[in-house]
Amino acid sequence: MSAEGYNFAYLDEGTKRMIRRALLKAVAVPGHQVPFGSREMPLPYGWGTGGIQVTASVVGPEDVLKVIDQGADDTTNAVSIRRFFARVAPGLRTTERTAEATIIQTRHRIPETPLREGQVMVYQVPQPEPLYRLEPRRAETKRLHALADYGLMQVKLYEDIARHGRVGSSYDHPVMVGGRYLMAPSPIPSFDNPKMHMSPALQLFGAGRERRLYAVPPYTEVRSLDFDDHPFEPLRAKGHCALCGADHTYLDEMVTDDRGGRLFVCSDTDYCGERQAERAA
Amino acid sequence: MTEWVLKAEGLSKGFTLHLQGGVCIPVLRDAGLVVKAGECVALSGPSGAGKSTLMRLLQGNYGADSGAILVRQADGGVADLATASPRAINALRRETIGHVSQFLRVIPRVPALEVVAAPLIARGMPREEALARAQALLRRLNLPDRLHGLPPATFSGGEQQRVNLARGFVADFPLMLLDEPTASLDAANREVVIALIAEAKARGAALVGIFHDLEVRERVADRVVEVAPLREAA
Amino acid sequence: MMPDDEPILSARGLSLSFGAVRALDEVSVDLWPGEVLAIVGESGSGKSTLLRALAGEMRPDAGRVAYRDASGQDLDVHSMGEPALRRLARTEWGFVRQDARDGLRMGVSAGGNVGERLMAVGARHYGDIRAEAARWLERVEINPDRIDDRPGQFSGGMRQRLQIARTLVTRPRLVFMDEPTGGLDVSVQARLLDLIRGLVSDLGIAVALVTHDIAAARLLAHRLVVMRHGRVVEEGLTDRVLDDPRHPYTQLLVSSVLAA
Repeated sequence: MSAEGYNFAYLDEGTKRMIRRALLKAVAVPGHQVPFGSREMPLPYGWGTGGIQVTASVVGPEDVLKVIDQGADDTTNAVSIRRFFARVAPGLRTTERTAEATIIQTRHRIPETPLREGQVMVYQVPQPEPLYRLEPRRAETKRLHALADYGLMQVKLYEDIARHGRVGSSYDHPVMVGGRYLMAPSPIPSFDNPKMHMSPALQLFGAGRERRLYAVPPYTEVRSLDFDDHPFEPLRAKGHCALCGADHTYLDEMVTDDRGGRLFVCSDTDYCGERQAERAA
Repeated sequence: MTEWVLKAEGLSKGFTLHLQGGVCIPVLRDAGLVVKAGECVALSGPSGAGKSTLMRLLQGNYGADSGAILVRQADGGVADLATASPRAINALRRETIGHVSQFLRVIPRVPALEVVAAPLIARGMPREEALARAQALLRRLNLPDRLHGLPPATFSGGEQQRVNLARGFVADFPLMLLDEPTASLDAANREVVIALIAEAKARGAALVGIFHDLEVRERVADRVVEVAPLREAA
Repeated sequence: MMPDDEPILSARGLSLSFGAVRALDEVSVDLWPGEVLAIVGESGSGKSTLLRALAGEMRPDAGRVAYRDASGQDLDVHSMGEPALRRLARTEWGFVRQDARDGLRMGVSAGGNVGERLMAVGARHYGDIRAEAARWLERVEINPDRIDDRPGQFSGGMRQRLQIARTLVTRPRLVFMDEPTGGLDVSVQARLLDLIRGLVSDLGIAVALVTHDIAAARLLAHRLVVMRHGRVVEEGLTDRVLDDPRHPYTQLLVSSVLAA
């Protein structure tokens, strides 16, 4: 079923051109937040309007789109975004397979299957400003970025250790991109942070409500902030997937009954399914 | 012939009270004073004659309207207090001019021992050594050990005066200014002060003092200089 | 400590107008290493404006502020550019604000507040940063057990002491203080003043202190500058300016203070 009367991928060509210009600038200055004229989308803010606009601006009829939410292809958010593009982008194919996708729009995860050259990751970003909680004045955070004055971010890590006894947050752990810009990786688990480092894929980030875009070009250094005596450690639940047996993936915890029963399963449904199929074969 | 340490000449000082319609009150005119090393000079004169004003000029606390206040420093150099910069005056006070006022200006929370040792520490003496010297002098002035660690704010007048004396005498200044140093002391402590003055003279210090206690003045002063009140207003 | 021969900070002919108001009118001041200079005057005299102009936070219409840095180089505060100025502000300089909320990060623990300047200059060892923060809390008489508490849980006096620890932790050469005891109870003020006095003399820091509190100026300052209507009306040795004031305004200022 396709929607009548809309331009390909919903946005008009003028808007796409504006967003692509912003994206080119973002790619040219890795990790730097570029403002853009975020449009009203037929979804509320917080549902990935930034990511959708980025995807809409780079997608073509020959692309293959995968949409994940918390690693899963079948959650409400992923399904509705995938259905949206199927309706407004005639010719576009969608997939749940990481390996097949040319564009992967994501909320909160990076797929377990290693990305390859030519793929584009599109991250949905609620808060693009890594210094947001520390310095509420936007003009001041801009200045701090301009001067690469990031002692403040280290203060946050200090606070995390003081309060929780370990470095950083379990998700949205700040990174330095190309040794220059401090960047919020979006609320992906810190487990995924290392996947951003020297990734062959192009990584684009869109924050609709905050009207900011940023990017990490392929093969760019992405280093997670830490302390010498509290080095960054990607976190994952200790255990293995109850479905595919993986002990190296990011796991979701599932409560199975009301008597404290629980088990772990892969958060990446596609990767887990692939492994299960291999085991069955 | 012994060299002078202090040579004040042609000193004039008056106060213009702008809040009282700009009235001018002259206090000193063409005053002078020479004090040699090892000498103690007592200033005398009726109250209001300008003894205290002269003492304050010699300390740099008041600025002279005219005249010179030459002070020979320990290194032999001569500074004119009447024209010296604030920084130079601070340096003179640190190295050359010691001062015992009638009242101790209390600094909140600083223990007596630290108050006394401060001039030594300011000159760069190691802290432990400075505190040890301060303690010895306070003991000599019969200030009980239990008071050494307390701020002098709550001390009696006599106790505060002894802290003040110790602070003035601890650092062996070449020039000492003493404003009523024995005013609130008992006989025993008065003797200690007389001895301290004698020792300062013996090491070659020049001293200028106001002593209302005539017996003390008799025993310590080599000369008495009269400060006469000015007759007429300018 | 021997006084250095060159001023660490030297301002010449600073003028700044806000509309018809001359906030600064041809002001020149010098500050030497290790010296505490108090700038006194009533509200609106221009003293806070002068402080901000000296610290590069406010650009004068005319005049020059020169800072001699740790390597002995003379820098023009208002033409060095923001990156250089900010670097100075977090290394060789410090600023203690009247309202601790302007000088502290209220959402960050005491330890994080003190550690920030260390991290800003590259400290990356958590244990060392925390230990240094605890030492400084103790030094400003805050129980190190409160290292993880936020400033919101502190009294006004404690906050101000925390701000001082946060400022002095990297041992700046020059600290600007704007009414550091303003708004505090008198008993709290005395403790804070004494703490500042001790730290400044121990560390040999040069301080430009703005205050309307004559007693604070007498206790802390080697030299005094009296400002009125944007001009310096009198300056000199602190006790001389206070005990033998020449200018009518200084006489008024001193006479209106009880037992300064």
